[in-house]
Amino acid sequence: MKDTDVSQLGPQAAYEAYLADGRFMIQRAASTGEYMFWPKVTSPSGATDLEWVKAKGTGTVYAITVNRARSGAYNIALIELDEGVRMMSTLPAVETAEIGARVRARIEDAEEGPRVVFDLVGEDAA
Amino acid sequence: MSMESMRGKSAIVGMATAGIGEAPGFSAMELLGQAAVKAVADAGLKMQDIDGVFAATSSHAFPTMSVVEYLGLRPRFFDGTNVGGSSFEMHLLQATLALEAGLCDAALICYGSNQRTAGGRLVSMSEPQWHETPYKPRHPITAYGLATSRHMAEFGTTREDLAEVALAARGWANLNPEAFARGPLSKDEVMSARMISDPLTKSDCCLVTDGAAACVLVRADRAKDLPGKPVYFMGAGGANYHRSIVAMPDLTTTAAAESGPRAMEMAGVSQKDIDVVMLYDAFTINTILFLEDLGFCPKGEGGRFVQDGRIAPGGELAVNTNGGGLSCVHPGMYGLFLIAEAVAQIRGEAGERQKDDCTVALCHGNGGTLSSQCTAILGSEAAL
Repeated sequence: MKDTDVSQLGPQAAYEAYLADGRFMIQRAASTGEYMFWPKVTSPSGATDLEWVKAKGTGTVYAITVNRARSGAYNIALIELDEGVRMMSTLPAVETAEIGARVRARIEDAEEGPRVVFDLVGEDAA
Repeated sequence: MSMESMRGKSAIVGMATAGIGEAPGFSAMELLGQAAVKAVADAGLKMQDIDGVFAATSSHAFPTMSVVEYLGLRPRFFDGTNVGGSSFEMHLLQATLALEAGLCDAALICYGSNQRTAGGRLVSMSEPQWHETPYKPRHPITAYGLATSRHMAEFGTTREDLAEVALAARGWANLNPEAFARGPLSKDEVMSARMISDPLTKSDCCLVTDGAAACVLVRADRAKDLPGKPVYFMGAGGANYHRSIVAMPDLTTTAAAESGPRAMEMAGVSQKDIDVVMLYDAFTINTILFLEDLGFCPKGEGGRFVQDGRIAPGGELAVNTNGGGLSCVHPGMYGLFLIAEAVAQIRGEAGERQKDDCTVALCHGNGGTLSSQCTAILGSEAAL
């Protein structure tokens, strides 16, 4: 694991720098314990002592749609991470999934750069 | 100024639309200009009487500047608040505040778009959200598809329920000669429409049309001296929690759950007092969500509520009587057309689709991806 230096970066650039180093990191406010996504300079309650922590990488499908374009279909999902925050992502290995299905994150090298995607796990993968 | 003291303090005295449907050969501003000219004439005023301008469009970075120049105005007060399709319900509130404060005496609210003839696609200046971009969402439908998926999973809402919304809208459109999408529509046709973003099909999506609308407001005391029947501002309220659908706290409850009660409190009305309900139906799920969030049925029951033609012509609740964004008109930002229909109904000018004794109408605007929610309530003199 590389030691990513984000000390001079804003939250968006820091998130992307971690991702480029193969690390899925999210913010947590030290004083309140609030997790955050997407990365910002202040938490919803106003805490600014934000630190980067490794995301557990596990979560649940909160909502999902399948975009059916002429060039092909792909799903777009909102994933509720086990830390309690939500992010937009996709499940590249399946056409769609049940809401509530358990998922695990991995970093995929897409054309436009690395991105966090999810795969079904456990019984939901069957 | 207390909230209640704004009730009935302003009135729409002029209202007009232009280019509804297809208006080849006209720019967005030309259509807006036509609507503005007609609305000012409808009010019995001259264009130079307008000293307050309120505008938001999908194609002008500085809409009030563009409108002012185009119409040759020199307003004392102007406001280009852009909260998407809900901008115009918010403008009713801002205009009433400005009129009541004496910052202007005649307020023009206006919108225009030629998106259908210009390209046939939704025109939007909406910027991508960096944390969404890697997943290639196709907004707005991606966001509404996500919300629909969640509503179905939590409450058992079905595609048949969504179809009921589309069919009711078409039923109303068939009573409105101005509506763009008219003609018979069967449940089978709706159910077999092409899937675009699961679970939403083409039938669940609003139209892509041209169209412009404008209205003129003055203080209520002055409204009595003008030729038309005034349509009074009774109350309005906004609520907004998010920009990106990622940050929407609960995908099955919109901020309309707060904007609605705010507007109703100011107006001193409750759901039972409302004769015509105008809901921003960019997608069929919107109608269901807003019926719930505005208190016309319990949360989660919207799908069942719309069954058996309850919101169609002849049904229990008159919803989207112009045919809605789904079947009447949707030129990018639809909010001002909700107001146009409410005014037509309260004035008793809605022809075949006229609701008997319409004294109070609710207009609910939606902006972004279920983001900004603004509710406005209008009424006749009898409602005051």
